[in-house]
Amino acid sequence: MPMKRQGNYTLPFHLLSLFLLLVTFLLCVCAGSVAIPLRDTLHTFRELFFGLKPTGTNAVILRSIRLPRVICVGLVGSCLSLCGCAMQGLLRNPLADGSTLGVSSGASFGAVLSLALGLRIPGLTYGTTMVFAMLFAFLSLVLILSLAYALDRSLATNSIILIGIIFSMFASALISLTISFAGERIKSITFWTMGSLSGATYTQALILLVSLILGSVILLSLCDELNAFALSEENAWHIGVHVRRVKLTVLITVSMLIGVCVSIGGSIAFVGLVVPHMLRLLLGPGHRRLLPASLYGGAIFLMLADLLGRTLLSPIELPIGVVTSLFGAVAFILIFRHARKTERGIGNVA
Amino acid sequence: MLLEASHVCVSLGGKRIVEDISFSLMEGEWLMLIGPNGAGKSTLLSALSGTLPCEGDIRLTGLPLATMKSTERAKRMGLLLQKNSGDFDFTVEEVVRLGRYASRRSPFASPDAGTQRVEEALTLTGMQEMRHKRIRTLSGGEVQRAFLAQVLAQDPSVLLLDEPGNHLDYIYQKQLFTLIDRWRRQPGRAVLCVVHDVAIARRFADRILLMDHGKASALGTPEEVLQADRLRDVYSMDIHAWLHDLYAPWQTEDAAE
Repeated sequence: MPMKRQGNYTLPFHLLSLFLLLVTFLLCVCAGSVAIPLRDTLHTFRELFFGLKPTGTNAVILRSIRLPRVICVGLVGSCLSLCGCAMQGLLRNPLADGSTLGVSSGASFGAVLSLALGLRIPGLTYGTTMVFAMLFAFLSLVLILSLAYALDRSLATNSIILIGIIFSMFASALISLTISFAGERIKSITFWTMGSLSGATYTQALILLVSLILGSVILLSLCDELNAFALSEENAWHIGVHVRRVKLTVLITVSMLIGVCVSIGGSIAFVGLVVPHMLRLLLGPGHRRLLPASLYGGAIFLMLADLLGRTLLSPIELPIGVVTSLFGAVAFILIFRHARKTERGIGNVA
Repeated sequence: MLLEASHVCVSLGGKRIVEDISFSLMEGEWLMLIGPNGAGKSTLLSALSGTLPCEGDIRLTGLPLATMKSTERAKRMGLLLQKNSGDFDFTVEEVVRLGRYASRRSPFASPDAGTQRVEEALTLTGMQEMRHKRIRTLSGGEVQRAFLAQVLAQDPSVLLLDEPGNHLDYIYQKQLFTLIDRWRRQPGRAVLCVVHDVAIARRFADRILLMDHGKASALGTPEEVLQADRLRDVYSMDIHAWLHDLYAPWQTEDAAE
């Protein structure tokens, strides 16, 4: 029976996704430079669950290094792919993503700047970098969109990506500049361009989780609106979507999520591009399915990418962004080709 | 009175495009908007649909359009755009279901709510059998019908159409106009439509608003408005002679004998 390509993300979908997520999670927790047997892992989980102090080297590695890292990687993956999916719908552009639009670089610059200047927002000691990353993510988005709009009112696929990439290079240059002046106060340039979650903590996981829940609730309530935008903004207006409010809500939410991700894990490219694209091929373009699926898919994809980065050239560890960019560059070309082909299709006059 | 425009003016970039247009649209009525290119027909339509800011007063079912909530507006008025497209692979049914957006109860309500209206719209436009087809695989006429079904699913009181016959062959044109003609005869409905084809306007309109350089040149029944002299003034050509020339009785073989 051909799969119906519309409707909600029903319970069977959720169960299947949760199962895949769990399998991936266990795999990523067990495998690594030190392989930990599944039995030990489960034993440690049991101990942690009952509040016991785990004993033994494996348990310590698991508890203090691997577990927070895998959790953070999964959450960042969910956030980024949710953002990518929402932006693609909003901008009617299958190539939109935090990295291709330059939002991640903008957020990175914001974070680097706040670190270099030693800025502290009173009462927000820990979160200053994060707030700056969010703020700059939003400013970058607004800047890129208004530039694209000024150049080409239709916000066509190509011009917006072109501006995004140019902005991205500009922001990277600013990051390099800032880092070369700021010296050792800031993490290496690789962190900000390729990302890393190797030193992730439980606190960071908690922050990511809270942001993700907040962001998902907002974006998942906008599924119909995103569908309407994906058809056309003008059409969305006429069926009664409050265009300006929805657009602003999505942009702010996306900026918040990307800001949090970047300040914790650096800029990890292409996750938001690859995952929604693969899922769209599988489930169709309807956001009632696509957004929840992106949550699961993003987590699974990034956990696996991180696993590859850790194990492929062990003991050397590849930055997570290297792995995603390798996949992402290929995916970008494929999607671009697909988009070009269908742009000439019948019934697609815009 | 379903739609009422009084002294509507629209300026774009400092230039007056539409100047002092007033009319009202009664229940059951089909008003056609005609005029040469650049007369301001589409601009007026944009103002009436709320997309363009304008001076003057527009009332939709008695309420001021300018301060109306977007969903309230969409429940009362729908617009079929001249060009429609889809960059993603949505199916016809998904597109039509979006027409129920303004009437949904909550963001998380099942998409099956309002199915009856969707089915009616699909049936009326003859799209039931194509409901699972992707928009991108359809012909221009079929895309137009799918989006017409979306507007009809909205169940508006006032239906606005922007040159709906464009890009359509005769079969689709005839189907489209006959269908809309049937639709508006149900209670509480009215149609306002921009067309280029004076012959279509004459055939389907109850009243015609003839525009010229942003102003209303005439408003009345087809007989009143479509007088040869008036059309010649506005279009700077003899429309009657041209249409006569175009649609002169075919020289059939029987007649030739």
